[in-house]
Amino acid sequence: MFSCKTSPEVGGMGHSVKRKEDARFLHGKGNYTDDVKLPGMLHMVMVRSPYAYAKILSIDKEKALAIDGVLAVITGEDLAQYNLHWMPTLLSDSQMVLPTDTVMHQSQEVCAVIATDRYVAVDGAEAVDVQYEPMQAIVNPFKALDENAPLLRPDKEGQKDNHIYHWERGDKAKTDAAIAAADVVVKERIHLPRIHVASIETCGVVASYDKDTEKMLIYLTSQAPHAIRTILALVAGHVGLSEEKIRIIAPDIGGGFGGKVPVYPGYVVAIAASFLIGKPVKWIEDRSENLVNGFARDYHMDCELAATKDGKIQAFKVSTLADHGYTDSSANPSKYPTGMFSICTGSYDYEHAFAELDAVYTNKAPGGVAYRCSFRVTEAVHAIERMVDKLAAEIKMDPAEIRFKNFIKKEQFPYASPLGWSYDSGDYKATLEKAMEMVGYDDYKKEQAEKRAQGKLMGIGICTFTEVVGAGPSKDFDILGIAMFDSAEIRVHPTGKALARFGTKSQGQGHETTYAQILAEELGIPYTDIEIDEGDTDTAPYGLGTYASRSTPTAGAAAAIAARKLRDKGKKIAAHLLEVSEDDIEWEVGKYFVKGAPEKSKTIQDVAFAAYTNFPQGMEPGFEATHYYDPPNLTFPNGAYICVVEVDEETGAIDVKRFVAIDDCGNIINPMIVEGQVHGGLTQGIAPAMYEGIVYDDEGNVLNGTLMDYLVPTAVESPHWETGHTITPSPHHPLGAKGVAESPTVGAPPAIANAIIDALYPLGIKHLDIPITPDKVWDAIRKAKAEA
Amino acid sequence: MAKHKVTMTINGASVSAEVDSRLLLVHFIRENLDMTGTHIGCDTSSCGACTILIDGKSVKSCTYLAVRADGANITTIEGIAADGTNHPLQKAFHDQHGLHCGFCTPGMIMRSIELLETNPNPTEEEIRWGISGNLCRCTGYNNIVKSVQQAAQEMSKEKEATV
Repeated sequence: MFSCKTSPEVGGMGHSVKRKEDARFLHGKGNYTDDVKLPGMLHMVMVRSPYAYAKILSIDKEKALAIDGVLAVITGEDLAQYNLHWMPTLLSDSQMVLPTDTVMHQSQEVCAVIATDRYVAVDGAEAVDVQYEPMQAIVNPFKALDENAPLLRPDKEGQKDNHIYHWERGDKAKTDAAIAAADVVVKERIHLPRIHVASIETCGVVASYDKDTEKMLIYLTSQAPHAIRTILALVAGHVGLSEEKIRIIAPDIGGGFGGKVPVYPGYVVAIAASFLIGKPVKWIEDRSENLVNGFARDYHMDCELAATKDGKIQAFKVSTLADHGYTDSSANPSKYPTGMFSICTGSYDYEHAFAELDAVYTNKAPGGVAYRCSFRVTEAVHAIERMVDKLAAEIKMDPAEIRFKNFIKKEQFPYASPLGWSYDSGDYKATLEKAMEMVGYDDYKKEQAEKRAQGKLMGIGICTFTEVVGAGPSKDFDILGIAMFDSAEIRVHPTGKALARFGTKSQGQGHETTYAQILAEELGIPYTDIEIDEGDTDTAPYGLGTYASRSTPTAGAAAAIAARKLRDKGKKIAAHLLEVSEDDIEWEVGKYFVKGAPEKSKTIQDVAFAAYTNFPQGMEPGFEATHYYDPPNLTFPNGAYICVVEVDEETGAIDVKRFVAIDDCGNIINPMIVEGQVHGGLTQGIAPAMYEGIVYDDEGNVLNGTLMDYLVPTAVESPHWETGHTITPSPHHPLGAKGVAESPTVGAPPAIANAIIDALYPLGIKHLDIPITPDKVWDAIRKAKAEA
Repeated sequence: MAKHKVTMTINGASVSAEVDSRLLLVHFIRENLDMTGTHIGCDTSSCGACTILIDGKSVKSCTYLAVRADGANITTIEGIAADGTNHPLQKAFHDQHGLHCGFCTPGMIMRSIELLETNPNPTEEEIRWGISGNLCRCTGYNNIVKSVQQAAQEMSKEKEATV
């Protein structure tokens, strides 16, 4: 286990210190994008398409422009004059900023109304008269590749059908051969439906262009302000938006979860409008715009898992159809169009695996938001964890036993996975044992046997996942060519207090506290004496932002190494002050002392003061350091989750009785914050498992585009989570830490699904796709009984 | 657009203004009065980020017209504790890590004030149902429940001390 090196007052790693950022939020003094108000600010509202696929015949602005206070109606034709009507997605596909002739999904932006007041802008949007010629939308991705399917993207050169790309990894021939020769093969088509991050704050922007200084100041709900600034400069450089003139400030963010990584058309139009009009323009999405216009998941996965009859896994194969909507707007690293999906071989040791994927266009919103998972890990983990359970059920083996039998062993790390990852560390057996002990697994197995004898439906579900987070390394990972590293810049002031700036951006993760704790650990300066600053591209060092659980693996590591650079410099200063050779100086947290004479010492604060007042001749003055950290590998957090459910056979209602989550995210910076992250991720895991899913009708209409019918779990749906840890440090991370926040979102859905299927198994129900709602269960029970 | 004169008390101060018939109370508070602690998460009374107290009752101000609040006594997150001090719920949310991004927090606290007013010693289940009109996407609610429990205890003690 981890033991703290610092006192609670210094508050280094391992201390559950209270968060430094809380006060402003608790007193209503947070500063979110919609709170930004600039002199003369105008408001923008979007006109959106009622159709999923239609030709635009005409856009009549006149009635809107006649309204007092409406200043402009901006259409795709208007933007086309500046060649700003299309933009690249983060995965090098193309997306309309505003359409010139065709709308490709329901609620797509058609034009924008700019007015002096938000209410007047809405009036204007309602007064714009758009004439459409609706066309038959492609909604079902399996029909997108039909011969007679209309070509959705004729604008793309060389595009002959609705196929976007094929991807594959692994040895197909050997995997097929292993499956053909196996004693047991289980198969399933598993769908993870579209869901939305539904952060409570929607997306928004305030763009303010100053014609005199030519500076474009942009307040943006962005998890990656630096990358977005570069992209804006690349996209709009030709109209004069040069990167040094663009300043993006990501103020307080009301939840991100991946949804605030992409560039949305509303951002671009607001920026263009401010550029053209020369006044600040604010655009804030409403909730329906938010829910309908972005999404995560939507993979249809055909899985095959092969094993010996006594449960030794031999091969895994998965063929996926990915529905990307009308453009591939995945926020993935460019060499990884399917993200880290190839983590799908899971926590188990076997030789053969093959994964392939075909992505298609449909008439749905642009998709591929990495929703609180490192680019498709949720899909991958759901596939393998459902299949392992299916295999266990098939050969009548306990789901825990089959996992123990197949786990990668502690001594096998670093482990080369069959699809090419090098897992850094883990002790999967210990983690599952701890979860089983905490939940009381054996007692529940007995209770289940008794309940089954009484005809009651009770299920126990396990998920033992391996995550992959913290991109880079930069040799493999980039976003539109920008290498995925991250940065920290530390300034220790003469009085020994510090300011540190980062290329990441917190959206609730508590960076103002945890980064200060890392520096407290490394420098011995109390965390309360360290200010943390992020999100302003004019002041923060360049970084790729916060998503994919990458802040601790990358920027956290950068902080540690920058601090160590300072410590090295401090050693020279301490030697100078103590009048001994540098070789005679030793460090313990917070002070330098003379070897063998610990009473002769200088604190880090003494040294910081001397760095500005009394430094050795010839030394560069000051006490500052910067580091750009390019990780040698990703980190591989993991966990064992166990869920116990009871299902009411009459109503299909599912009652989650217990949920135990044991996470191993390496060394922990702040246990309170890690636990909080796990709680939140678990609720975002039960959400798709039991409640959420964006539903379309055959015309491509979204049927649940408001929070009244898209069920984000409340405190009532969310169970009382029980959490714990094992600690296996990452061998390559300077602090031994790994990412954590996404593990629960990834691990919870299969644990819950496995529990529900386990409950229903005696009725002959062997699989249900998530969300597993009461009506789906009720329907399945009714069908199963009819068949029996 | 017809204008109406409204007068109300907000956080102890009397406020008068001419407002449009259609102006929502949440916009009146945020835009006209520049108090931005009350947030907008959905416009449909679903998420509760805009919860305030009107005459002591928790109300979602995104679906409440400003004109309807004429004569009302309103409290927002900015008005529940004197500057530099904390309401027991503010303290408890800090102590128990009951907030992450902070966007739902003001609404969650305003709702919890009325909850503890009507039920000073709620069970976990009563707290969960009591805040079920307020969505939080970050915390998973465990620590919000603990925050409300801590505040309930502290407020009971305060009450005993003053009796």
